[in-house]
Amino acid sequence: MNISSVAIGQYIPGESLVHRLDPRTKIALSLVVVVALFIVKSAWAYAALGALIIGTVAAAHVPLKMVLRGLRPLLFVMVLTFGLHLFMDPGEPIFRIGKIVATDKGLAQGLITVARLSLLIMATSIVTLTTSPIAFTDGLESLLKPLSFVGVPAHELAMMMTIALRFIPTLLEETDKIMKAQMARGADFETGNIAKRARAMIPILVPLFVSAFRRADELAMAMEARCYRGGQGRTRLRQLRLGSLDVAALVLVTVYAVAVVAVL
Amino acid sequence: MSDTIIEVRDVCYTYMRGTPLARQALANVNVSIERGELVAIIGRTGSGKSTLIQHFNGLLKPDSGSVVVGGRDIWRKGVALRDIRRKVGLVFQYPEHQLFEETVAADIAFAPRNLAMSEAEVDEAVREAMRVVDLDYDALCARSPFELSGGQKRRVAIAGVLAMRPEVLVLDEPTAGMDPRGREEVLAEIRQLHETHGYTIVLVSHSMEDVARFAERLIVMDGGAVVMEGSPREVFRNREDLVRMGLGVPQVTGLMAELAARGLPYAEDVITVEEALHTLLPALLGAPSASASASASAGAGAGTRAGNGEGEVGE
Repeated sequence: MNISSVAIGQYIPGESLVHRLDPRTKIALSLVVVVALFIVKSAWAYAALGALIIGTVAAAHVPLKMVLRGLRPLLFVMVLTFGLHLFMDPGEPIFRIGKIVATDKGLAQGLITVARLSLLIMATSIVTLTTSPIAFTDGLESLLKPLSFVGVPAHELAMMMTIALRFIPTLLEETDKIMKAQMARGADFETGNIAKRARAMIPILVPLFVSAFRRADELAMAMEARCYRGGQGRTRLRQLRLGSLDVAALVLVTVYAVAVVAVL
Repeated sequence: MSDTIIEVRDVCYTYMRGTPLARQALANVNVSIERGELVAIIGRTGSGKSTLIQHFNGLLKPDSGSVVVGGRDIWRKGVALRDIRRKVGLVFQYPEHQLFEETVAADIAFAPRNLAMSEAEVDEAVREAMRVVDLDYDALCARSPFELSGGQKRRVAIAGVLAMRPEVLVLDEPTAGMDPRGREEVLAEIRQLHETHGYTIVLVSHSMEDVARFAERLIVMDGGAVVMEGSPREVFRNREDLVRMGLGVPQVTGLMAELAARGLPYAEDVITVEEALHTLLPALLGAPSASASASASAGAGAGTRAGNGEGEVGE
C-alpha cells in the first residue's frame, strides 16, 4: 500500500477567468446551477445547463478528465438508478430480458436522472478544482456569516475545516511512519480474515490518536500564543473583494439559469 | 574478514514515482555492512539516510538494484520479508511514538508475538530486552508505557525491537530530542550492545562528536548518494567538503586544525576531546611558549572542556 500516492484535495492551480473569480461567487453560482438542475425536467434544459458547465470547464483550462474523475465514486449509484428506472418505470416496452421489461419512459427517466447526477457533481467539482482550499473556506465563512445571528458558528466551522485540511497530509505521513515502524516489528496488515485485520489496526490507531491529540494540544497552544481568540474583530491578510468580473459572472450565469428554468 | 551481512547494490529509489511530485531519494547507492561492526551514516536532512536504512529490512523496495541480507537477495521470490525484518531490527526516529499497548511488557512482546514465539519464549525475550536497555522488569513491566519519562519510553521502544533478537540493529537518530544525560545513556547502551552483546550496529546521526567517539566506520551521504566512506579519522580530514555538505567536523577537530593553521605543530587528525588532551598536554608542558602556557595551565585542569573552548583559544 502506498499512502503517499493519495491525492489530497483536487485544486489545480491556474490563472484562468474561473480561477480569478471570488470563491463566494463560485460557491453561490454552483448553488444556482444545482437548484436549476433540480427544477428543470426537459432534456433540452439539461442540454442547456450541460453546455454551461462544459463551457465553464473549458474557460477554466481544467482537463475535462479531472472533472469526470469526480463521477467515478458515484458510478455504481448511477448504474443502479438507471437500471431501476429502465426496468421498473411503467411505459411502452422496448425490450425484455426474461420477465423483466425495459420501457421507453423508463429509459428517458433513467437518462435524465443520470444526467442530473453527473451535472450536479461536475458543477460542484469545478468549484473545488479551481479554488484553493484556503480560499474556499474563506468564502464559505463569509457566506455563512449572516447566519451567525441565528447561532451558526461560521468562523469556527471555517477554522475547523482549514485545520482539518491542513492536517490531512501530516496525519497520512504519520500513519505511513507508524505502519512502517510496526512492520519492522513483524506486524502484518495484509493477511488473515476481517477480524484479524481489524485487530492488526490497533497498533496503528493507538499511536496515531495519541499523536493527533498531542498535535491538537500543541496547535491550540501555538494559536493562543499568537493571541487567537475566535473570529471577532479578526482582520485578514487576503481580503475577499467582489470585482467587475464577479458581478458579470453572477449576472450572466443567474440570468442564463433562470432563462433555462423558465423557457425550457 | 569480509563477512558482509547487508549489501546494497546500485540501489535507486524515487518517492511518488510517476507523479509530478516525484523526488529521487537514492541514486546508485552501494553500501555494505560487515558483521560485528559499528557503522554510522551521516548526512544532512534529506540526503537519503532514512530512505537507505528502510531498504535494509525491506520496508522500501528499490526501483532498481538489489539488497542482499545474509547472502540472500531479499526481493527474490520466496524470501519471507518477516525473517529479514527479524534479522535487521530497525528503530525509527522518535520510536516512542509507536508505543501502543497497555503495559510495557505487552508492548515489548509485540514483535516476539508477531514472530509466533511461544509464551515462555516471549516472556524470556521481553525480560532479556529490558535487561539489555537497563529497564527494571519487576518495577516497570505492568506500567503503562504512556506514563513513563521520555528517556524510559525510548528505551522501551528500543527494547521492543531488541526483543526480536535481531542480528543487526539499525537506529535512526536514537538520541534526537533528548537532553545531554539521556543522550549519554542511550549512546552508552548502544556501545554496550555492540561491545558486550556483539550486535552489528548501524547508527544514523547528526552529531559529529557522537560518531567520532563511537563509530568504527562512517558513511557520508549527500544528495541521495554515498560521497565518502572510511574511518572517522579519514572522513574528518575532509573538513571543507563536509562543511560544504552542510555537515562539519567535531568541534575539537576544528579547534586543532585552527591551531595547526596558526603554526602550532599539533596533530590535525584529532577527533575526540580525549585525544586532544593527550596531544596538547605534552606539547604544552614540554615547550611552554609565553602565550600558550597561560591557557595551558588553565586548560590542563579542565581538559575535558577543551571541546567548547574554541572561542577562548582563538582570540
